[in-house]
Amino acid sequence: MSEAAVPAPPAPVVNAPRRRRHSFVRDVLFGERQAVVGTIVIVFFTLVAVLAPHIAPYSVTQQTCAPYAGLSGKHLLGCDDGGIDMFSELMWGARVSLIVGFAAAVVAMVIGGGVGVVSGFFGGRTDIVLMRITDYFLVIPDIPLMIVFAALFGRHLLNIIIIIAIIYWTSTARLIRAQVKSLRERVFVKRSRALGASNTRLIFKHVLPQVTPLLIANTVLMVAIAMFAETYVAFLGLGDPTQLSWGLLISNAFQGGAMFRHAWWAIVTPGLCVTIVILACTIVGQSMEDAMNPRLKVGHLSVKRFGLRPIPTMRPAPGRWREE
Amino acid sequence: MAGADYIIKRTFFAIATIFVAVTLNFVLFRAVPGNAVTSLRCQFCTKQFKDALSKQLGLNKSKWAQYGIYLDNLAHGDLGSSYSDHNPVLQDLETPLKNTGLMVTLGTLFSVILGILSGVFASWRRGTLTDRFNLITSLAFYSMPTQWLGMLMVFYVAAWFGLPVAGIQTPDLGVLGPVSFWTLWSNRFEHMLLPALTLGLVLYGEYTLIVRSAMLETLGEDYILTARAKGLKNWRIVWTHALRNAMLPIVTLIALSFGSIVGGAILVEDVFSYPGIGFAVIQAIDRRDYPVLQGAFLLLTVSVIVSNFIADLLYFKLDPRVTT
Repeated sequence: MSEAAVPAPPAPVVNAPRRRRHSFVRDVLFGERQAVVGTIVIVFFTLVAVLAPHIAPYSVTQQTCAPYAGLSGKHLLGCDDGGIDMFSELMWGARVSLIVGFAAAVVAMVIGGGVGVVSGFFGGRTDIVLMRITDYFLVIPDIPLMIVFAALFGRHLLNIIIIIAIIYWTSTARLIRAQVKSLRERVFVKRSRALGASNTRLIFKHVLPQVTPLLIANTVLMVAIAMFAETYVAFLGLGDPTQLSWGLLISNAFQGGAMFRHAWWAIVTPGLCVTIVILACTIVGQSMEDAMNPRLKVGHLSVKRFGLRPIPTMRPAPGRWREE
Repeated sequence: MAGADYIIKRTFFAIATIFVAVTLNFVLFRAVPGNAVTSLRCQFCTKQFKDALSKQLGLNKSKWAQYGIYLDNLAHGDLGSSYSDHNPVLQDLETPLKNTGLMVTLGTLFSVILGILSGVFASWRRGTLTDRFNLITSLAFYSMPTQWLGMLMVFYVAAWFGLPVAGIQTPDLGVLGPVSFWTLWSNRFEHMLLPALTLGLVLYGEYTLIVRSAMLETLGEDYILTARAKGLKNWRIVWTHALRNAMLPIVTLIALSFGSIVGGAILVEDVFSYPGIGFAVIQAIDRRDYPVLQGAFLLLTVSVIVSNFIADLLYFKLDPRVTT
């Protein structure tokens, strides 16, 4: 993101005591204009998704107007090919899209964070093996793999979440590993090891709290990626056809011939929702990450700095920054 | 020598990755219930016939033996034959692969030219309103689902310019007699334009961001100050002094984004019914034609691995200091 927009990273975050770090996250979220807007957008869509059953004006299972009826006072955003109110559909669609986005991001974060912490903390052979596996996953192109997985393992929503998570955990693992590796060498960790702290205690008490903010930032970025992936899966006809999502709405508009009926509302609105939420997640995640991980600003090698969306687009060549 | 060491390491990694991809390809597709014989739909097939066929295909052997057969076939360029038309998979995929190659090249060309122009411009005018506008535009393109942008293209752009929106050439072309080379290819180019533009625009946002931040880095260097002190013209400073040095990360990152180009091509081809490899994949899913799906997945994966390998070598060529 723009360098001018990101304030100089305040005092060494890594050494800051616990309470200050929380206030730091708050600073990032509310200190920057774009991040504030992004946060508001995400909160807004989340609220809509949660409240959809109560605030949606029409049912999304029954026909309430003519197919592709245009915009009117009764149907604010017109209707789709089945004569269902688009406005209500968008509200309901937000639920599945956001659930898939957040769930897949959290699963990816757990896998990636776990691998990263273990690999960075223990080093040695564990590290080599885990990073090799990560390398392989990094090279395999995401969308073809997603297609194959989805085609082979069925169209259940849970499957889709797992598929997305399995494909996208790698960048988190690399990022966290690098961070943990440098943390391990810090004095406070060494001291408490000298005092007889066990590995478990070291990880949970010292390492994990330090990487958590970065993990959170990464998760927010991952939500954007996962939502992208959801629309792709749905569009290729591999999504769960019973679950109404924005991806499915885009796909329906395409399959239902909205383009030839000139029903722009059916085409434009779902994609616009996706774009806005992804934009918001990217901006918020990137602002958080920029501020929390000053290292990403260092060299040419930090792919993250150049590409905002970490993996599906900018797959770093494996081994490129093993020396971090 | 460190350089030779690096090349050997990368070569070894590329070969190992291809091997893993090949194995993954085997494992994934054996995980599906059913095989080539059970999914055979013929009314008059007797049990004896099916048994004989199983034996011929080696399906009655152990998984390890099957894996051996699979590797052996692969080494001979045999990817099996399609369930739907019984042609060898490789033969079926050859034309789509060429079609995709052309379209993707054109799209990449669009995105690289657009991306470099707007990225350089944004970095030169950094901090101004132009820069902000440019950033927001590229971020917006970057947050759009590819298929949705394609649909917008069909819906809005195609009509303005009177461009065709589906297929690779006008269906009746050449039916009423042979057409000249020039007619054929200008017709094909017209059909290729919109898919390539869609792909180009999706990537353009990303490339702009890459170029901009790489340029910002070099523009801050001392030699730029020197160039300026020498009284060189602005465009000369930007194009020959700054951009040439910024090319290192740009070139490698663009080479690395090949995976996402492949993914984007699949979605774009689906929208425009462009008979490339992505379209072949979609059709294979619809027909449950696993050998074709498997072959396409393998080809795509291997091409991404190879392009990553080339990116590694390119990186080394441009900056011989790297050794890891």
